[in-house]
Amino acid sequence: MLTKPRPIRLKGRSFLALALTPELPLEDWLAGLDDLAARSAGFFLRRPVVLDVGDLDVDKAELHDLVEKLGQRNVRVMGIEGARPSMLGPDMPPPMSDGRPASDFEEPQAGEDAEGAAPEAVGKAPGQTVQDGPVVGAALQSVVITEPVRSGQSLFFPESDVTIVGSVASGAEIVAGGSIHVYGTLRGRALAGTAGNDGARIFCRKLEAELIAINGFYQTAEDMEPDLRGRAVQAWLEGHALKTGILG
Amino acid sequence: MGKVIVVTSGKGGVGKTTSTAALGAALAQNGDKVVVVDFDVGLRNLDLVMGAERRVVYDLVNVIQGEAKLPQALIRDKRVETLYLLPASQTRDKDNLTPEGVEKVVAALKKAFDWVICDSPAGIERGATLAMRHADVAIVVTNPEVSSVRDSDRIIGLLDSKTLKAENGERMEKHLLLTRYDPTRAERGDMLKVDDVLEILSIPLLGIIPESMDVLKASNLGSPVTLADDSSAPARAYFDAVRRLKGEAVPVTVPGEKRGFFGKFFGRKAA
Repeated sequence: MLTKPRPIRLKGRSFLALALTPELPLEDWLAGLDDLAARSAGFFLRRPVVLDVGDLDVDKAELHDLVEKLGQRNVRVMGIEGARPSMLGPDMPPPMSDGRPASDFEEPQAGEDAEGAAPEAVGKAPGQTVQDGPVVGAALQSVVITEPVRSGQSLFFPESDVTIVGSVASGAEIVAGGSIHVYGTLRGRALAGTAGNDGARIFCRKLEAELIAINGFYQTAEDMEPDLRGRAVQAWLEGHALKTGILG
Repeated sequence: MGKVIVVTSGKGGVGKTTSTAALGAALAQNGDKVVVVDFDVGLRNLDLVMGAERRVVYDLVNVIQGEAKLPQALIRDKRVETLYLLPASQTRDKDNLTPEGVEKVVAALKKAFDWVICDSPAGIERGATLAMRHADVAIVVTNPEVSSVRDSDRIIGLLDSKTLKAENGERMEKHLLLTRYDPTRAERGDMLKVDDVLEILSIPLLGIIPESMDVLKASNLGSPVTLADDSSAPARAYFDAVRRLKGEAVPVTVPGEKRGFFGKFFGRKAA
């Protein structure tokens, strides 16, 4: 039949997923995950997760068991990268490949959950707003926010540096592909270099943060040097260690 | 056209209802026409604080559902004749508040009154977001302690995103009302300092209401504190807040801080 009036539309779209790389022994790795989840509740909530098992030597049953254990922790795996096709039965998440360190992000459409909002992101398309809840920014070099970031707001700029002229409240979150600069007090979370950028740094005028992270290496408030609290601080990566020091 | 004020906080028990009643009564004593609206459907309290609990026939939900006309549901205060109450329903749940219904009621009240003061329920769910949706001005009620301050910060974020004003790209006028301020505890360092709260929330200060037995006494009597004893410390603080709300420049004093010979006023930016 060639009379079908309209073809099915096949559109491409890319999303940014959190890639987890389990390590052996799995029990220890899961314990570490539990520790992370306990310290930052809701960390995996509504985040798409991909399991990267390319370097993991497990058999089909063990992988199945791992996905189930993650499910019990409310970590829902949307796909598995680096597994042999024979390891993934129909009851497992589908295989994924060709993952890039960072991918383009689509602007979220204004749905019923979208809350248009205040802080103005200079240098962005007019009318674009920062939202309460997760926000996704277009590919940009740098973003400037000129208002305080309030508790519950999450700014997500996977491919840019972010500068905030104001404070970041406790319970707010800044996620940037590049560096994060806060000209105010950083009380919430700052996650820089999330797209695999080891060179990214975090700067703030006053450190009261709940969590800082660069390319996945993080420190919670508890891990931070007590003398750094309340001071102007920068954070950077040296190898796999997150370093912090007084600014200036 | 009247002004719509939402009294909100995120956290419960910080003094939203007390402040709604006190500010409403203070505004009405100047001769302005004021209606206080209880949005806390299912847990109504404003009728008690206003001393009108035995006169409630119809409520906000009845009006929204078309079971009563707006004038039937409005209760006029016995002490101040320009002060009215629109009570919430105690028996229905807040799903009965529809965005369209609330919009209609607020629009009608705006036409008839100089001030429409919406007492928001705690939380950030439907009742709270509907109470703030049509506001021109927000009064954020905060206690000087960390959990209240963080919840207020969350609410400010919502005021800047979920309200009609924000959606139209306008700025919501926001004021901080610091309540239950205890000078002795502040001296001991048990409470956050005024400057700390202002630094975190960074919105202008409308007033500081001292913690006082007068507030509790007035509530139990069913009288807004600005009606029960207008010379008490909290009442005077509310009267000052109202003057600032109307645009007057009244310096803010921190309760308990001794005044010098010249009156030790603080160069804080008032609302």
